[in-house]
Amino acid sequence: MALLQISEPGKTTAPHQHKLAIGIDLGTTNSLVATVKSGLAQTIADENDQHLLPSVVQFKGKNEQGYQTQVGFIAQQNASKDPQNTIVSAKRYMGRGLDDVKKHAIYDFVTEGDSVVPRIRTIAGNISAVEVSSEILKALKQRALDALGGDLTGAVITVPAYFDDAQRQATKDAAKLAGLNVLRLINEPTAAAVAYGLDTGSEGIHVIYDLGGGTFDISILKLTRGIFEVLSTAGDSALGGDDIDYIITDWILEEAQINEPEASLLRQILDTAREAKEALSQQDHFAFSLDIGEGKIWEAELSREHFEKLIKPLIRKTLVSCRRALRDADIDSDDIQDVVMVGGSTRVPLVRQIVGEFFSTEPLVDLDPDKVVAIGAARQADILVGNKSDEDMLLLDVTPLSLGLETMGGLAEKVIHRNTTIPVARAQDFTTFKDGQTAMAIHVVQGERELISDCRSLARFELRGIPPMVAGAARIRVTFQIDADGLLAVSAREETSGVESSIQVKPSYGLSDGEIETMLKDSFSYAQDDIDARKLREEQVEASRVVEALNAALDEDGDKLLSSDERDEIRQAIDELVEVAQENNQRAIKLKIEAVDKVTAEFAQRRMDVSINLALSGQSVKDM
Amino acid sequence: MAITLTEAAAKHVVQFIDNRGKGEALRLGVKTNGCSGMGYVLEFADKVEDDDNVFEDKGVKIIVDPKSLIYIDGTELDYGREGLNEGFKFNNPNVKDACGCGESFNV
Repeated sequence: MALLQISEPGKTTAPHQHKLAIGIDLGTTNSLVATVKSGLAQTIADENDQHLLPSVVQFKGKNEQGYQTQVGFIAQQNASKDPQNTIVSAKRYMGRGLDDVKKHAIYDFVTEGDSVVPRIRTIAGNISAVEVSSEILKALKQRALDALGGDLTGAVITVPAYFDDAQRQATKDAAKLAGLNVLRLINEPTAAAVAYGLDTGSEGIHVIYDLGGGTFDISILKLTRGIFEVLSTAGDSALGGDDIDYIITDWILEEAQINEPEASLLRQILDTAREAKEALSQQDHFAFSLDIGEGKIWEAELSREHFEKLIKPLIRKTLVSCRRALRDADIDSDDIQDVVMVGGSTRVPLVRQIVGEFFSTEPLVDLDPDKVVAIGAARQADILVGNKSDEDMLLLDVTPLSLGLETMGGLAEKVIHRNTTIPVARAQDFTTFKDGQTAMAIHVVQGERELISDCRSLARFELRGIPPMVAGAARIRVTFQIDADGLLAVSAREETSGVESSIQVKPSYGLSDGEIETMLKDSFSYAQDDIDARKLREEQVEASRVVEALNAALDEDGDKLLSSDERDEIRQAIDELVEVAQENNQRAIKLKIEAVDKVTAEFAQRRMDVSINLALSGQSVKDM
Repeated sequence: MAITLTEAAAKHVVQFIDNRGKGEALRLGVKTNGCSGMGYVLEFADKVEDDDNVFEDKGVKIIVDPKSLIYIDGTELDYGREGLNEGFKFNNPNVKDACGCGESFNV
């Protein structure tokens, strides 16, 4: 007969209608799938009792059913023999443009037709990172189906906290392609908190230090009465265990004096580097013996001491993010109750030591650092499908970068600030700049800087059909809404007429952007520059507004109300203002605007008198 | 008659209850649903109702409501593995016929 699991009180489902849910940790190096059985969250092993599935896909060909692939350990073993068709660390390329992915160009990246999505040229055709990820998800899904004996209701998939909209959307696309119903995407550190926080139930402030294969995340969470609040997140979307492998690889290349190795040799060296890293977490020495071609065998030894010296700068780099997260959360390292270690790279003793010293606390390593995230995701999935009865667990995530839109002068107006808890909706009112303006272009941007040119462009759309009004009279309400998956929807509505327009922020895969890390860092280092730039732009916008208004007034009343000398004087003042406004001197522009005001004061007075006379003539005092 | 457990089932029940952190007993029962008439109930129990029958075997407390007991009296709860899947099995002597997978049954 069928195998049954123990349910929560009153939650027994009808036969054949079990709500089976899984949590997936889709990692750069390894992926896992976990589920909750009889109240116990555990990762699911394959038939060889392996829990980790290497995130490696070897493409062998293509037929009507789809790609013929080999996923996991076998693919990993074949990687050095068939490097062009075997894709590793595809997560790094998710939602990225061609410029971004070319940095780690082990593969032959191409684009197809109008699409800007980078694809890898393989024997089975040109494959995108989304398709590679979906092959990994399919393998995990099959494993779960075998182990659960039933249909899956849905899955929770984890993503790094720093994944932007494009990368999240790419992850969702991959799941859809794999035939998975995504219940929710949650941040990896948040999942780790679920795995740990609920088990220990200790209230206070917790730090999640997650050094995975390809990403580093630091999250500061506050747990009170079973509710997690994410105080802050920081990290680096291009730092992880892979980088440790690269450091060792570079060391090998230098020591063995190999210049420009072939792809297969490089792959082999990378594998050896990883082996050395893992060995040096347990023992003090690692002996290399590597066939470097032309019948030559390279032999050498690396001590743990030397290894630690090589990787120390990399580990210390993570502390920069730790400091920022502490500052954002406005807490001292003394306030921290404990530090949870997540990700395989936290097995390296030096990592534990440096992190322990930084937070002056012994890091927690109770759960297997590779499995923590998947276990948390499984717990979350179990709750979302309704298998949990009394625990009301509310998870709050935050948006990693500010979201806003472009205003006159190329300035970024933030609508949702970074580290705002999501889901969230915020509205802000804007108005028109010119008389009779009937349309407004809305440019949605992401980033911390003051100028649009320094932020990342996410989407553009237009609001049309604004009734003609004088500048500043229209009231346009722009609403930003971020759902629980961290995906953004922006809508604009002109309040008096009710015209509306909106956009779902779709992945802008091809956009070239600097790393989020750099974006954040820049916002701090250029803070003063940014404020100066903003002031200058604002003054320039003001100057052009003044010029616009004066020219309109001159056209209308100039001949009637002014002598030709007066007109010339005003015209000259306008010309001077136009000239000064082109230079980058905010103070000079300000002074010139004041000078123009003085010169035109008399003109303004006369126009006022005329319009008052016009309004009053023919009216009796009684009517007023 | 009574309700019993195999060693394997007892070991896993203890582990699951321990992991859950509350409740000390296991509730067994039947519900009238499913393609062949009835389905099993297998839940953690946080409280005992007045007319519940309470059994104890191999250190596990088992609670059964009187109405269900008629259908499952004499059942031995087992824990087994089929391929990658693991879970509990009801070895119920009262079953006359069951649906293909045995999840739903008739007495």
